Amino acid sequence: MKLPLTWLSEFVEFPKKISVADIAAGFVKVGFEVESIDNPAEKIKGPLLVGKVLTIEELVGHKKPIRYVGLDCGEGKSRYVICGATNFVVGDLVVVALPGAILPGNFVISARETYGKTSNGMICSSKELGLGDDHSGIIVLDGKAKIGSAALKVLGADDPIIDIAVNPDRGYAMSVRGAARELAMALGLNFKDISSKALISSLEKKKRRGKITPVLISDKTGADQIYLRSLSNVDPLKPTPQWMARRLTQAGMRPISIAVDITNYVMLELGQPLHAFDSAKISGTLRVARAGKFTELVTLDKVKRKLAKDNLLITDDKKVLALAGTMGGLDSEVSEFTVAITLEAAHFDPMSIARNSRSHILGSEASRRFERGVDPLLAELASARAALLLIECAGAIYNGCSTKKTPLKKRSITIAASEISSLIGTTYSDKEIEKSLKAIGASLRKSGKRWVVTPPSWRPDLNDLPDLAEEVARFFGYDRIPSQLPPVKLASNGSSGLTPMQKRRRSMSLKLANRGLVEVHNYPFVSQSQMDLFGFTGDRAKTFKIANPMSDEFPFLRTHLTPGLLATAARNLARGEKSVALFESGSIFRNTETLKVAGNAPVGKRPTAAQIKQIYQSVPKQPLHIAGVIAGEMTNSGWWGKGRVVEWSDAVDLVRELIEDSGNEFSIEAVDLAPWHPGRCAEFRVDGKAVAHAGQIHPRVTSALALPEATVAFALIVDGLKYPESFKASPISVMPAAIQDISLFVDQKVSAEKVEAALREGAGDLLESIQLFDRYQKEGETQVSLAFSLVFRAGDRTLTSEEVSELRLKAGAVANKKYGAQIRS
Amino acid sequence: MSLDNAGIEQIKADALSAINASQSLDELREVKIAHVGDRSPIARANQGLAEIEIEKRAAMGKLIGTARANINQAYDDKEKELTALRDSRALSNERVDVTLASNRNPRGALHPLTLLTNEISDLFVGMGYTVQEGPELEASWLNFDALNIAEDHPARTMQDTFFIEPLSSGLVMRTHTSPVQIRTMLENEPPIYVICPGRTYRADELDATHTPVFNQVEGLVVDKGITMAHLKGTLDHFAAKIFGPGVTTRIRPSFFPFTEPSAEVDFFYNGRWVEWGGCGMVNRKVLQAAGIDTEIYTGFAFGMGLERTLMVKYGITDMHDIVEGDVRFSRQFGSGGR
Repeated sequence: MKLPLTWLSEFVEFPKKISVADIAAGFVKVGFEVESIDNPAEKIKGPLLVGKVLTIEELVGHKKPIRYVGLDCGEGKSRYVICGATNFVVGDLVVVALPGAILPGNFVISARETYGKTSNGMICSSKELGLGDDHSGIIVLDGKAKIGSAALKVLGADDPIIDIAVNPDRGYAMSVRGAARELAMALGLNFKDISSKALISSLEKKKRRGKITPVLISDKTGADQIYLRSLSNVDPLKPTPQWMARRLTQAGMRPISIAVDITNYVMLELGQPLHAFDSAKISGTLRVARAGKFTELVTLDKVKRKLAKDNLLITDDKKVLALAGTMGGLDSEVSEFTVAITLEAAHFDPMSIARNSRSHILGSEASRRFERGVDPLLAELASARAALLLIECAGAIYNGCSTKKTPLKKRSITIAASEISSLIGTTYSDKEIEKSLKAIGASLRKSGKRWVVTPPSWRPDLNDLPDLAEEVARFFGYDRIPSQLPPVKLASNGSSGLTPMQKRRRSMSLKLANRGLVEVHNYPFVSQSQMDLFGFTGDRAKTFKIANPMSDEFPFLRTHLTPGLLATAARNLARGEKSVALFESGSIFRNTETLKVAGNAPVGKRPTAAQIKQIYQSVPKQPLHIAGVIAGEMTNSGWWGKGRVVEWSDAVDLVRELIEDSGNEFSIEAVDLAPWHPGRCAEFRVDGKAVAHAGQIHPRVTSALALPEATVAFALIVDGLKYPESFKASPISVMPAAIQDISLFVDQKVSAEKVEAALREGAGDLLESIQLFDRYQKEGETQVSLAFSLVFRAGDRTLTSEEVSELRLKAGAVANKKYGAQIRS
Repeated sequence: MSLDNAGIEQIKADALSAINASQSLDELREVKIAHVGDRSPIARANQGLAEIEIEKRAAMGKLIGTARANINQAYDDKEKELTALRDSRALSNERVDVTLASNRNPRGALHPLTLLTNEISDLFVGMGYTVQEGPELEASWLNFDALNIAEDHPARTMQDTFFIEPLSSGLVMRTHTSPVQIRTMLENEPPIYVICPGRTYRADELDATHTPVFNQVEGLVVDKGITMAHLKGTLDHFAAKIFGPGVTTRIRPSFFPFTEPSAEVDFFYNGRWVEWGGCGMVNRKVLQAAGIDTEIYTGFAFGMGLERTLMVKYGITDMHDIVEGDVRFSRQFGSGGR
């Protein structure tokens, strides 16, 4: 809301010495952010005078009209300037920038030779002075300005415009009057309100009997008040007074025609949107009605709009006149031939106007105000104010008024000062409660120790104790609220600290960072081509689609962390990294459950247990994954030699470490799973369920993404791991260890992990550890040789060599029995 | 050879001078054969004792014994000295340029958003709060309705919120972490002291200061006797811990559907007020939607963007740095934060 200071000062008694900064601080204090303060006059320097046009010489033979103008600027002799505008005549008063003046945009005015003449200055347009967009001609001043006087003053240009942001609950402040009331309250100044009664009665005194447009509210859910004021004898071509055009421009609106400008002016001033209809275009009664049988309307912006059945309209006996509270219809618009006007001012239902605006994607100054709530008692005053302006500025005659209204619901809130004090956390006295609530326009009545508060009609947002508490706190300033820490109590379920899951996510992330991987946070959006490239099938191919994605290319939610990680790895390599190691922890989204539809749970009270369950079951599970990618070298190259190129086993080892560290027992199987290399992917299982995959990325994927062939990745379902409930530490034996090596031949199809498990089983409890130290396969043979080192140790004695040799043979026997492994002698 | 006092002294003097003149362990070994060993003059003198008259033998024996002890002592000292010298020369030759050691192992790092989330979580856990998390793909009832955001609110349009197909699913990408507050209230009785960090979504184009995917931390307290002063105190404490001691906040009136009274919170940093987030006393309608008795309990809530917090705290000027995953960005923060 753009507020010129001079306009505000019609409603606020400012002391002489008040700065714009003080005024801005006042707005901030009561909850209006100041978006900008703009004073065009500050951008203009040097002499700018009012000049009278004495002579006009048309210079011919040029591509455009050029005038050589003689001016009286009160300097004792005439001044001559060249001018390209033609919208003025001899005798007009204009704004003359003298040589030495600097206009906005650092436009320096100097005397210059042009079109064979000497131009000693410039006649200015609004745009050149930064006062508006109008560049169609130069400014012609009202006849009252004094020749030779400072033009900026005459123009009222030295008038800071304060632009405030108005929150949705404060529709009343979308007007100079409403904002001024807040400002006066913030600064403790006197608020000079318009006297509604005096204004309305002065209009009534001017009434001459004439034709009145009748009115009807056909749909009472759409409006509870409407005033129609009928005027005749309007001069539609009467120019808008300069002061009014100037203020409209300052407020960011464009002057259009006298009738439209008056409705806009009153809307800006009082906050009541108004519409001026050409009375001649209304057949019979003007009505507020739903669209129903009406299907089409061409609005003022010349767009043909298909009407929804529940659109709220202004109609007459035969046709649609306007989209109520949103935009007028083209046909009933006032025109240059309009001599009779019906001014409409109504209080429409905010929801209906919001729906009008949304269904046509059409926001207007009017709809924005109605949506936020317009004072339901304002229509009478605002329509009277506009009618008076039509009489004053367009020679109109007032014929009278027709109105329909339903009585307002009485609202009152009973509060005690102590209740407000204990919500805010500082003490407010009864006197303070009374003073602050009166300042916002409420009326108060004492009832015992409590107050019965009737909020002002323009505050539909005040319905409850906290609403009034905010008003009181705002009035005295939020800076009065002390700073105290709450007495934190333990949760009702006794939980405290981070959850096991949160701790695990942290420790896994830190471990990966300390292993040289850099954490990234990728957007979870993926494209169809990524899904295809990665070759996701099954659950990982089932995703959710965003109806309105940022980019049509990436409408899907990720089902796996690898697409994002590999894309980010490729970006890092493209930016010059030689190798890259990344990880990410985050949710993934798979559309694999049958989801409930949440339905319409109530608001304002707790839903039933069944409804809550239904809402919860409408949301898919979004498990936490942690995944990583390493492309290129695992260790860097340097003066020490070449770095070690990453291999599939590095990814497997990282996952092994993460799962071991979590205390979960797992098994490993070779699987063929995209996007990994079909022969180089390990699946980790806990209790038979897959919890992680690791290995080398499929060469098809790496080559498509321009990643090195040596690119490995892993993905771990953090939620898939258990949290061991009770853990006991094993005692550490200091007896000597006995080491036995065993080499076995086994078919290549048998995994080392299986052989190792068989050896563990056969070796029994005295086996402390086992390590595969050699793997060998002769070219062309189907058998591989695996060599393990077995470390045995007892807690209470030194093991004999006979004992451990026997255990070694037992271990080998189990491997033989299960997998046909042959012990090499 | 005559065994007299002068002769013994001479033998001793010769031996000591030869030992002292040795420059290396090899030389010393030669000296040992000549002056210390079984065939050295002193050894032979000792052997010659038997031939001396019995009454002089004891005195002479003592003299030789003392001389021999002196020689042995000198030899041992010299041997130690030369051994130490040899060892230190050898170590000196093994000297390297220790500054050569450099980044053989690639450097890992946590993302600064993770570090900040951890820092904030630790701060509040230390005060007795718990950290609550919830789904990013969320039911619109939890994201909007329960928070008193009406069906017609502008936040519920496609310009602001990502909706999931089909629209009848009622699923949206959560626009704030407030649905976690609702879930917490639906699942727990007061007292409630929680923070809710997490990823949130709004349909903004990525530019220097906006990103469609961003992170928030929200706080929620519901208990008996909770006031706006408690909110202010918590914000002051939070700001001072994150931005440094002495950093204070101010709150100013604002509007949110889910709080009443509502406020914007700014903090004073490097000589200016910086907008931080929104806050207020939890709207009774929100408490009621979770079934909390508003006659007994009041609560406060606050929420701020983590990207913005990070940008101000570390002087980051372009959002792209935070979202693009360039390793050079995160490495600046290490794995423990700066």
